[in-house]
Parts: sequence; structure tokens; C-alpha cells
Amino acid sequence: MPTDPVIEVAGVTKTFAGVQALGDVDFTLQRGEIHALVGENGAGKSTLIKVLTGIHTPDAGRLTRNGHISTIYQEVNLVPLMSVAANLFLGREPRNRFGLIDRARRNADASELLRGYGITADVSSPLGTLAVGEQQMVALARAVEANADVVIMDEPTSSLEPREVETLLGVVRKLHEAGISIIYVSHRMDELYRICDTVTVLRDGRNVHSGPLKELPRIELVSLMLGRSVKEIEKHGTTAFGEGHHADTQPVLEARELTSRPRINGVNVSIRPGEVVGLAGLLGSGRTETAKAIIGALPLDGGTVLVAGKPVSHNVKSAMRAGISMLAEDRKTEGIIPNLSVRENIVLAALPRLSRFGVISRSKQDRIVDTFVKRLRIKVSSPEQKVAELSGGNQQKVLLARWLCTEPRILLLDEPSRGIDVGAKAEVQALIDELAREGLAVLLISSELDELLDGADRLIVLRDGSVAGELEGDQLTSEHVLKAIAAEVRDGSDDHAVSHQNGN
Amino acid sequence: MITTTTPAVPKAAARTKVLQRQGAAVALVLMVAVSWLVFPRFGSLDNLRDLALQGSFLAVIAIGMTFVIITGGIDLSVGSLYALGGVLAAWGSQYGFLAALALPLVVCGAIGLINGLLIARTNMAPFIVTLASLLFARGLLLAITDEGANTYKIATDSAFVELGRGTVLGFGYPIFIAAVLAVLGGMILNRTSFGQNVFATGGAEQSAILLGVPVAKTKIVVYTMSGTLAGLAGALTAAYLQSGVTVIGVGLELDAISVVVIGGTLLTGGMGTILGTVIGVGLIKVIQNVINQIGTLDSNYQSVVSGVFLLIVVVLQRILRR
Repeated sequence: MPTDPVIEVAGVTKTFAGVQALGDVDFTLQRGEIHALVGENGAGKSTLIKVLTGIHTPDAGRLTRNGHISTIYQEVNLVPLMSVAANLFLGREPRNRFGLIDRARRNADASELLRGYGITADVSSPLGTLAVGEQQMVALARAVEANADVVIMDEPTSSLEPREVETLLGVVRKLHEAGISIIYVSHRMDELYRICDTVTVLRDGRNVHSGPLKELPRIELVSLMLGRSVKEIEKHGTTAFGEGHHADTQPVLEARELTSRPRINGVNVSIRPGEVVGLAGLLGSGRTETAKAIIGALPLDGGTVLVAGKPVSHNVKSAMRAGISMLAEDRKTEGIIPNLSVRENIVLAALPRLSRFGVISRSKQDRIVDTFVKRLRIKVSSPEQKVAELSGGNQQKVLLARWLCTEPRILLLDEPSRGIDVGAKAEVQALIDELAREGLAVLLISSELDELLDGADRLIVLRDGSVAGELEGDQLTSEHVLKAIAAEVRDGSDDHAVSHQNGN
Repeated sequence: MITTTTPAVPKAAARTKVLQRQGAAVALVLMVAVSWLVFPRFGSLDNLRDLALQGSFLAVIAIGMTFVIITGGIDLSVGSLYALGGVLAAWGSQYGFLAALALPLVVCGAIGLINGLLIARTNMAPFIVTLASLLFARGLLLAITDEGANTYKIATDSAFVELGRGTVLGFGYPIFIAAVLAVLGGMILNRTSFGQNVFATGGAEQSAILLGVPVAKTKIVVYTMSGTLAGLAGALTAAYLQSGVTVIGVGLELDAISVVVIGGTLLTGGMGTILGTVIGVGLIKVIQNVINQIGTLDSNYQSVVSGVFLLIVVVLQRILRR
């Protein structure tokens, strides 16, 4: 194979505040190839892209670039209030002989150019009036028009409808034919295998694999991403975590056909009291969205949520009243209020229940806070300590306490052990286990397969917003999960593409 | 997981554009028509000339403000700079026409430049930075005039006075100056890359940076422009009044912001027109004029009516953007 690298990096290392984001990474992009860059959250993809585009300077390593690079991000980085044509030619406006912008020519050029990308919208209307897919196409056209030799596409299809995805992939192929090199970041296996020539897998800041994609079976790719060997078929269920939850027969939570296009499509989830159900899947498969749909924080195109057989209106207030609580993924922005005390943070969600005519009983508060601080073993000097001063693990416990004191029947946990140290992680997991034992229905979301296999009684595997499989009992092994994630979709649509695995 | 920020401006943007800009224009036409019919003196040439002249000073300031607001910023210093510009022009007039004109432009422009540098380079909030210069310029003004005790007069026969008081067909020079600036401003905004950068900066700053728009430079230029134009408006006013008056311009920044917003420029940035601003100036001045015509009404009602108008426009912006 002739080598004509457009970008070549060798031994690149990048550290942020003592945390290594990239360690000794080699990466080569050959001219004219479509190179898939994959890896789970925190694997170092965005850091690598930023090193390639020059936004970050590597601490060590060599970087050679032989061309102009343009990056298309997942969010369309254009100006929605400006016209399509103005966006397309921002910075390179056609001028008339007085040096002023020639608007007629700008519009004509823009129309002509976009027709090649299948867009026939009025180019003088604001960009924001176009569909997201079309906006992305405009971004792409802009990049190509700026004579890019390399186009980096970061999750370009994550917010597109299937039809828009097809158009985009068509354009990617066209670029490929025109000799432009492409780095394609995506989690969608089907897309990767359809258009990419080569693949680089990053995991924990290291390049764990580079090579032709076609020769790499899907299951191998997924196992490389998740860091699990296919041969390593281990049976779980022998550890203490996750064993012996008493599971009633009647589900307390039933979510039917949850659909919020394009993120989730017909997802079914049911949880019995005392059961921990895990949601597995790659980044972007719709895990958080499913939880948000259940609690009513995501607008739905269809589907119903039933608690103990009764339908719940689709809004957070009703869901909470019905007994659903959710611990959000991002503590900092969606949960903790750093400058309030531990006590204030804990009672926040229970305030309506603790107050009478708007007056909040302090003694009741203290009693509840005391109970939870002891029970969850939250390490604080006093309940009046500011939450900001606590460690990540203890902050997480404070949040857990906040939702527990609303006495939920169903608890949705999104990445409960992210960003906390190993000891605290074990404690949080033990707590989840304990709560389930007491009859709470738990939905556990985690990107760590081990945590799911250990902690859940049953696993729902999501892929591209649909359920790809449901596993329980003996099937709770990494191999089954990987198979479900990697399974090929037979037709273009991804509705229930994979048969559910039946219990044996 | 993945969260996509889809720019939430579907058809609303287009609707806002039409209704807002045209809304102000329609209101202006209606106001003028009704006033013409109800108040016979309103339509007299003298009154219209006076109205246009009064509006021209505000328009000069508001043109600069339009650029600032489209970048998503705000300039609170223009009222103080307007007064400072007037006093500097009056003081400078003893050294001739050029000094009288150049001094306010250079000094006020420099203060605008400092505003811009602070906002663009240190990322401080425009509100705070320009509030500081509002106080600074007003203080400087009082210091150089012995707390207003020292009023600089402009010799009545000087060429500089002509700039403020001279007329063509009875219409004062400031009207033509404001008109030329408005046309230039519109051209710069819509037909130059700098203008495109102004829109991009206010429309989506992060995207603009990624698109290679010189966001910091753009901000520095708009605040410098705004300061310079405020100084010019002050100089023209001084020429017209034949002296530098220290007490004028208090709260004028709020008038300027109001007319820009009434004219359909989004206070959040990214969208706006000079024509809209000119219409906004016209609307406010007609309202003031009419309240003066009624005579029995306290002139404070001018602010009441302007306030109500502003509120209506902002509420409409909100509703239409949904």
C-alpha cells in the first residue's frame, strides 16, 4: 500500500492537570482515505482531534501536517441568524468592483454550490430555518469550499434523521472521490463499516488498534473499544453485588415504546420492585435519553410510562409524584448546588413534603439529614458544611440522599460512579445493592461494562436508540453484551433490528 | 452523553425580522399620519425641520449603538461621552475648526477603544466596563469644568458653529451628517466583511471563532466606533448650542438603546439594521414632539410613552422568537 500521509503524529502525549489524556499515540491519515476514529467517552478522541487541528499543543511527540484541515463538529458551528449564503462565504465574500460584498453573486454561488449537496433551500433565508441535517451539509460545503484537504467529522450524524444520514454519507463519499481525506468519528457501527477504509481505536488515551476496518470483525472492534477480550468469557453473578435481589413479578415501572426522534426509537423498559436493570450500550446509543424520557425531561414523539400499572403524564413533576427520581449524569451542572450546605442540598427535592403553608420544619429537616448522613455514610464535618468542600464520592452520596428522601419507588441512576475514586465507587455500588434489597426499582446506566454486569439483575442493551437485546441470568456476560452491540443491522432502518435473546 | 444544541430559530427568525422591522415602520407611519391630522402645527415645515434636527443627534449615537448591540454587547458610556465631546469641542473651538472637531472624536474614540480592549481582551462584561467609563467620562467632564461652573462658549462667528446651525433649505447640517452616517453604517453592516463579522460575533460567538472570524478585533472596532460617534454627536450639539453644556446627555445611553431595540435589533445580538434604528429614532422623536404639542401634558410623559413602546417591542421579540 503506497503511503502518502496527510497527517502523521508519532508518540503524542498530552496531559491536563496531571491527568493523561493522550499517551504515546501514533496516528497516520493517508491521503484520500476515510479513517474511522473510535473510542468510548474519555478515550482521548477529542483531545487527539484538537492536537491534529492545532488547538492543543502536545507535551511530547511529533506532528506533521501536509494540508489544510477543516473540522465539522457535532453541533453545527455556524451562525443561525445569518443567511445560508452569508454563512457559506463568511470571510471569503465575493466583492464587486467597489470592494463591497456582491450579494447577488453570493446568493447565486451559494445556490449553485449547495445544489451539489442536494440542498435547494432559499440561501437568503437565515440558516436557523433549515433542518439540522441541511445545516450540517452547509457546514460541510463550507469546509470543502475552503479548500480543505482533510475534513474531520465529529459525530456528524448523531442528531440526524435516517434520511438525512443517507444524504450526508452520500456527500462523504463524494468528498472521498474528490480526493479529500476524512477522519470520521462515530459510534454507529453500521455507518463506520459502510464508509470507512481504516480505523483507529483509542482507549484510555492510547492507540489500541490501527488498521483496515473491513478486516476487523465488529465484535473485535467493540471489544477493543470497551477493553474486553472476546475470548475472555466470564460468567458473572458470583460476586456479592447484584445477587439475590428479591424481584416481585409485577413491574413497578413500565415504559412502552419510548420514541424521541432521532435519539431513541421504540425503547421498552420494565423494572420490578427490588430489581436492578442495567442499560448498556455505546456512547450515543440513547441510554441517558431513555432515562430522561422516563422521567419526562425529554419531549416524546410517542410512548407511555406506567408506574404500578397507571399511566404517568409526561412531565417531571408528575413523574416525581408517581415516585420516579433521577440522579443525573453530570453532578456539577445538573445536580449539586455547591455553595449550599449538605443539609440544604439533601432536603431540596423533599421541601414540598417538609413544608406546611410554605414554612419548612427545621427539626424534620435535621432528622432526615441525620438519617441519611449516617445511612449513606457521608463523610462531613457537620450537615452545615458546604457541599463544594466534599469529595466527589461524598457529593454523589449527597445527591443520592436528596432523591432517596423523596421516598421514590423507582430510581434512575445515570453514571452514578463516574468521577469518584475506587473506594467510594464500591460504597456507592453497595448502596445501590442495599436499596434494591429494600424493594426499590433501580435503572442503572453505566459505560463501565463491569459495573453493569456486576450490579444489574437484567441488562437492556441499546444500539442507535433501539433495544438491541435483553440479557439476564447466564447471559450476563461481556460476550453477550458485545454481540448485541456489534450485531449487524439487516435493513436500513434500525427498528428492532436484533432479535431479543431469550432466556434459556 | 450527547447533547446537541440545535439553534432554535426556525421560522421565528424570519417572522421576527418582518414583523419587528416593519412593525416599527408601520407604527411610525401611523403616528405621523395621526399627528398630522390631529395637530395642525405638526405638519408645518418648521416643526418637521426641528424634529429631524433633534433626532439627528440621537441618531448619530444610535448608529454606533446598533453595531455594538448586534455584536451582543452594550455601551452605557455614550451619554457621558456625548457631554464630554460637547465640552471638548467648545474648549477646542478657541484653536479653530479642526481642533473643535478632532478633539472630541479622538478623546471619545480613545475611551471607546479602551472599552473595546477591556471587553475583547479580558472578557469582562460590556455592561460593567462601559458603566465604569460612564462614571469616568462624567467625572472627567466635571473636573475640567470646575464641576460645571466653567462653561466654554463657542464664538458665534466661528466656522464650527456653522456645522451645528447651518442649513440647506432650512434643514440643519446635522441632519445631513446623520443621514450620510446612516447610509455609510448600513453599507458597512451589510456590504463589508467587517459587517458580516459583526453579525457573526453577536449571532454565535463560539461558532464565529471556529469559523475564523476575528471576534476580538470586531468588538474593539465597534466600541471605538460607538465612542467616536458619541463624541461627534456631542460636538454637533455643542456647535448647535454654541457652548459645551455639562449637564446634557444624562441617561442618553438608555434612549439610544431604546431606539435601537425599537428598531428591531435583537438585544441579544446577531440581528439588526441601521434603517430600523433610524425609524426607532423617528418614532421616539415624533412621540416627544406630539406630547409637546399637547402642551397640557407634562414632558415627563415622553418617557412614559417611550417606556411603554420599548416594553411592547421587547415582549413582541420574546413572543415571536418562540
